[in-house]
Amino acid sequence: MALYELTIREARALLRKGEITSVELTRAVLERIEALDAKVRAYLTVTPELALEQAKAADARRAAGEDTPLLGIPMAIKDVICTKGVETTCGSRILKGFVPPYDATVIAKLRAAGAVLLGKTNTDEFAMGSSTENSGYFTTHNPWDLTRVPGGSSGGSAAAVAAGEALAALGSDTGGSVRQPAAFCGVAGIKPTYGRVSRYGLVAFASSLDQIGAFGREVADVASVLGIIAGYDPRDSTSVNVPVPNYEEALMPDIRGMRIGIPKEYFVEGIQPGVEKALREAIRTLEGLGAVVDEVSLPHTSYALPAYYLIAPAEASANLARYDGVKYGLSIPGETMWDGYRNTRGQGFGPEVKRRIMLGTYALSAGYYDAYYLKAQKVRTLIKQDFDKAFERFDALVTPTTPMVAFKIGEKIADPLSMYLTDIFTLAPSLAGICGMVVPCGMADGMPVGMQILTGAFQEPTALRVAYAYEQATEWHKLRPPLDGKVEDKEVMRQ
Amino acid sequence: MKLSLEQVEHIAELAKLGLTDEEKEGYRAQLSAILEYADMIQQLDTEAIPPTATVLPLRNVMRDDEVTPSLPVEDVLANAPDVEDNCFRVKAILG
Amino acid sequence: MEYEAIIGLEVHAQLLTRSKMFCGCSADYAAAPPNTHVCPVCLGMPGVLPVINKRAVEYTIMTGLALHCKIAEFSRFARKNYPYPDLMKGYQISQYEEPLCYDGWLNIEVDGVAKRIGIIRVHLEEDTAKLTHVGEYSLIDVNRSGVPLMEIVSRPDMRTPEEARQYLIKLQQILRYLGVCTGNMEEGAMRCEANISLRPAGSQEWGTKVEIKNLNSFRSVKLALEYEIARQTELLERGERVRQVTVGWDEQRNVTFVQRSKEEAHDYRYFPEPDLPPLYISREWLEEIRSRLVELPDAKQERFVREYGLDPKDAAVLVAEREIADYYEACVKAYGDPVKVCHWISGELFRLLKATELPMSQVKIAPAHLAELLKMVDANTINLNTAKMVFDEMFHTGRRPQDIVQEKGLAQISDADELLRVVQQVIEQNPEPVQQYLKGKEQVLSFLLGQVMRATRGKANPQLAGELLRRSLRGE
Repeated sequence: MALYELTIREARALLRKGEITSVELTRAVLERIEALDAKVRAYLTVTPELALEQAKAADARRAAGEDTPLLGIPMAIKDVICTKGVETTCGSRILKGFVPPYDATVIAKLRAAGAVLLGKTNTDEFAMGSSTENSGYFTTHNPWDLTRVPGGSSGGSAAAVAAGEALAALGSDTGGSVRQPAAFCGVAGIKPTYGRVSRYGLVAFASSLDQIGAFGREVADVASVLGIIAGYDPRDSTSVNVPVPNYEEALMPDIRGMRIGIPKEYFVEGIQPGVEKALREAIRTLEGLGAVVDEVSLPHTSYALPAYYLIAPAEASANLARYDGVKYGLSIPGETMWDGYRNTRGQGFGPEVKRRIMLGTYALSAGYYDAYYLKAQKVRTLIKQDFDKAFERFDALVTPTTPMVAFKIGEKIADPLSMYLTDIFTLAPSLAGICGMVVPCGMADGMPVGMQILTGAFQEPTALRVAYAYEQATEWHKLRPPLDGKVEDKEVMRQ
Repeated sequence: MKLSLEQVEHIAELAKLGLTDEEKEGYRAQLSAILEYADMIQQLDTEAIPPTATVLPLRNVMRDDEVTPSLPVEDVLANAPDVEDNCFRVKAILG
Repeated sequence: MEYEAIIGLEVHAQLLTRSKMFCGCSADYAAAPPNTHVCPVCLGMPGVLPVINKRAVEYTIMTGLALHCKIAEFSRFARKNYPYPDLMKGYQISQYEEPLCYDGWLNIEVDGVAKRIGIIRVHLEEDTAKLTHVGEYSLIDVNRSGVPLMEIVSRPDMRTPEEARQYLIKLQQILRYLGVCTGNMEEGAMRCEANISLRPAGSQEWGTKVEIKNLNSFRSVKLALEYEIARQTELLERGERVRQVTVGWDEQRNVTFVQRSKEEAHDYRYFPEPDLPPLYISREWLEEIRSRLVELPDAKQERFVREYGLDPKDAAVLVAEREIADYYEACVKAYGDPVKVCHWISGELFRLLKATELPMSQVKIAPAHLAELLKMVDANTINLNTAKMVFDEMFHTGRRPQDIVQEKGLAQISDADELLRVVQQVIEQNPEPVQQYLKGKEQVLSFLLGQVMRATRGKANPQLAGELLRRSLRGE
């Protein structure tokens, strides 16, 4: 097996035994990037020299007796997370050349843990989008089918992990931006509870929804990364001061007696038959593992999309006001100071970002605040109450992640509303601030399907446990995209 | 909710976005469609429902009044498009 | 027609915290070179988050208590959205619907008449960066960005520019007493905006409101309001309407000029700040803050009158600054006679402070030393004139009065034998005046006494010297 194909768990074992070094592992992944990324285009920036330096340092730390779960593990970082000294663009032209003078808290934690940072991955501009087609630079391709999107906005991170261009990656999820690309690319991903991971250094899109999450090729890897990045941060007043459990201890293949709810509103018409079929089978697998499965209703589900598309753009319209060409980033001067603002913002932002700024500005403006923004916040309360109620009866809820598998590049870009609709299953959990985990659970149309496992606030261990038990009972996570010109040898297995 | 061109222009000016005529027309149509779709939330009776600004039960998250180091001035200005006398520089503000 | 002015003031006061409102940069930026008190947070870099400075919240609550406000149980920050190059994030973190303090008042006095001015709200926000205009460009220094700023909004309860001035003076006094703000308007630590409208005297309707910005001194506030009253009166008398505008005050030319019309008014699009959980001011916390409140000027003045038997006017002078009042009380404690201490402080001390332009904090005379000086007068060790001289010396050097008196040999001569010798000498040297006196010209006595003082370089005990002089002249 090529080194770049290793999971974190496998790589860690080899590193511990001294059979490989982090430098070898990192070099293998960098070579993979070199060989493949011209096709996949997962990365906006690769930093090979820095990565090898970090790998060398990790090897030295290991030689000195250190051993942390991510020591020497090469990872990719979504380009909305600030990295000191490394360009951070958020996939936007307006931040071209911006080099942060500080590290995001999660980056500082990864560095302290000895992870190796390979570079910055592509994203829809400011994480606004579901396909990476809104990136100000280029579109990332789905490793399973290069004519399809990898999902978004963390499409670069998901594609990198799926393609063997990183062992794991950080993404961010505001309305599904980790979960949807994880499903589209056939990898495991988690959006932790709002407040679980510090947002300090995550460039804000919608502050009350944004949360940093992780991708891995198996559930255990996601647990390892989450264990490092989670926790209270005095720099983020919305990070919650509750202890971080040992997530790896949650990885038990036993879910007997666990109560799992199936929200009926997530199995509606319009869902791709292959996706529904995969989910129904996955649910049977969970039942076979001893879970107690029952239907549940989340009656306000259909209001999540409009509520989200009022709240998130409203917050975004304020968060993106700072990009004015004065302090950093792109600057297109005009005849007057205000013309400079208009030019820089008009030309620096792409169409989707401008659309959302406009929408959010409108929702907050005099005379419309009550009808739109305030109303949406009240709907948010109803949506949260739906979940609160469901979690009185169930330990976890299981749903499809998306109504369809990865779509073709260009298919939806001209119709924003149809693009927004690809996120209908991930928006409500975001509004409720709860934990959402995705694992591959089948194939449809030759593309991966992802199962979304939802648990209540700070119930990450439960989500990981369900995901892990399912993963151990199935082979979907072992499938690899046919990137080397040949279809994977391993037969597509059903459990 | 159908937006007028004047409304689109007003919003763009509030947000300081310089838009082409084509963009304005595009946004007028798209935002109208999105808002029309969003209007479905108006059906819900939320009279007695409190708004959720944040899902967290947190309050009184504060820090002690202690001074921590600032950035070196070079770092403050490192990303600046235009600098004079260690200050950011913009065209004079008229109005 | 007679018009009545309706005036309300909005005051911004920088809080005297060590660090900024939402980050750890030093808030003491006044003397710092540009952009040296700046971090990613106050620079509004992508990805940064604010964290509330607890002391700033407590200072605001303290101010609210001092202004008899209600203190909110729940309070929240909100984003105030408007683009401007001095606003690093494109929005200001401020408070909107849920300010920390609301519904209070303070008392002012104009021409001996007391008046209560309502306070609508006191809220907390962050200051903006500083813009300096240089030719065709504006330079931005971010040091001031994020300094805690308290906004105090009065009700439109003032009717004259002098009332507005007195309100500001009183507010400044209170802020300084609390130690929450330097109150220095020239440095921009305390800034003022005024709202003014005119209406026919006796009318209950509101006139059109004009907002005046850039008022950087008590004087500007008064002058600008007077100017606006004159301008608006003239408009109304010509039958024209006052436009609803925001004007600036031009300090050089003493005129207001239009900055913004109503049509250009901002749409601030306030919404709750998602990066900051709300504040909950529990009873316990509130009482803890209340227990830290110092005695405020009004209460102190009343107490000085009651406890020390001072004239209210004298008491008002002493309480104008907390340091003076504290100094006064320390002196009373050391000496005893509160009225006499009051006269020395409001007489000699103030004279010297004014002459030297020194602040109270620079006064070198220890209260114990002032007491010592006054006791020396009481004991006839020195006379009043000498005491004033010694006081002057103490003011400049901070030395003990006893040392000064001793060193300069200023002790009063109360020794009758010694004085008698001088008296007889003076009588011998001034036969002419002596004759006049003996012929009944009583006034000559003061001339002769002056000669005695001169001969003793002012040290003669004046009562004793006069007594001895009279007796000697009468041949007793």
